[in-house]
Amino acid sequence: MIEVKDLHKSFGKLHVLTGITETIKDQEVVCVIGPSGSGKSTFLRCLNLLEEPTSGSILVDGVEITDEKNDVNKIRENMGMVFQRFNLFPHMSVLDNITLAPMKVKGVDKAKAEAEAMELLKKVGLVEKAKVYPDNLSGGQQQRVAIARALAMHPDIMLFDEPTSALDPEMVGEVLNVIRDLAKEGMTMVIVTHEMGFAREVADRVLFIDGGKVLEQGTPQELFGNPQQERTKNFLAKVL
Amino acid sequence: MPRLWDGAAITIKITAIAVCVGMVIGMVMALSKLSKIWPLRIISNVYIECLRGTPLYVQILLFHFGVPGLMNSLDGVSGFHFSVMTTAIVVCSLNSGAYIAEIFRSGIQSIDRGQMEAARSLGMSHTKAMRYIILPQAVKRVIPPLCNEFIVLLKDTSLLAVIGVTEILKTGQIYIATTYAPFPAYIGVASVYLILTFTISRVVNYIEVKWNMSSK
Repeated sequence: MIEVKDLHKSFGKLHVLTGITETIKDQEVVCVIGPSGSGKSTFLRCLNLLEEPTSGSILVDGVEITDEKNDVNKIRENMGMVFQRFNLFPHMSVLDNITLAPMKVKGVDKAKAEAEAMELLKKVGLVEKAKVYPDNLSGGQQQRVAIARALAMHPDIMLFDEPTSALDPEMVGEVLNVIRDLAKEGMTMVIVTHEMGFAREVADRVLFIDGGKVLEQGTPQELFGNPQQERTKNFLAKVL
Repeated sequence: MPRLWDGAAITIKITAIAVCVGMVIGMVMALSKLSKIWPLRIISNVYIECLRGTPLYVQILLFHFGVPGLMNSLDGVSGFHFSVMTTAIVVCSLNSGAYIAEIFRSGIQSIDRGQMEAARSLGMSHTKAMRYIILPQAVKRVIPPLCNEFIVLLKDTSLLAVIGVTEILKTGQIYIATTYAPFPAYIGVASVYLILTFTISRVVNYIEVKWNMSSK
């Protein structure tokens, strides 16, 4: 469970997050939508401290992650992250991309790590690409490997930062399918996305962020079907 | 002219040792310069600025004649000195270390920020991310400028002739002193340098191509 209380984040004079309070329950799938520059990616990146919050509190399973006494690496082990631009390690094969963190962080032995990696590749449908280097994969394939890489650490929570925004349209589906499967398995997920159809289908709850605040939230039916705020209506009218 | 090749052996020896030591110094200084710990940043900045900002020729003279002179005047004992090879290796290593530090630093900074973020998001410490993700990519990327530094240093070892290191140039000068034939001597000297630097660039090129084929 993630409990965010009055989260603020500034970059210099730019106040990006202006007080977000939100609770994400176990096994909940939360989609975050909103205009560009609204702070939705920053919000996500604060959850695993890729951005350091300016003020506020973030409790993950009761542990205050903004407290410097807590080991940030341990906290991140438990939260997988998938990036817009994949960020696979280009100097390593697909298999090594996936096994590196389990081996070097958790000390899993090579044989076990590779066996697990192959299982994960099967799950994302890329077993035959194990020995290939990332440059030789399509964007959709790279993103599926990135998801497998994050899953290899057995996280309880997965964070997705616009996972399909850098993909060619015909590759969006294959990535969304993988995320959809994870949702069915009960993974706790926070997904920043511009895919409204996908958000509507997969989310338990949708947050509309604008101006660094959660302006409106609710089930997909509520938020997409009957938005209350004027800004939400305007945004949805433009993207739907 | 067989003696030119004896000189070449010494040039190669000094260059090879200085580049190896220089790479170690360079890596340490590059990481220091990028460190969060400010005293390390200051030390590496001072080191890099001082060694890049003064001529190698002056550094050789300062180390070989200036430092022993200072020490002898301090404790009143005369006769302290460095062997010419000690000076050659120490000064060339320190000098190339400063340039290599900047090469490594720019290499590290050229790696996309997303690489570090991806590594950290998997629970890797900063050190582990550097070691397994950033440095392997950075080192590969800096091979061309590193090769360039290698060639520059090899040529610059000719400055060591001034303190009497019998490297390529010095052997040529000795030859002139006995034969009074400067043209063949200097042409010979220049040719040996050219052969060496050309060989280095070919070998590095080969390694680069092979590396690029094996991964990525």
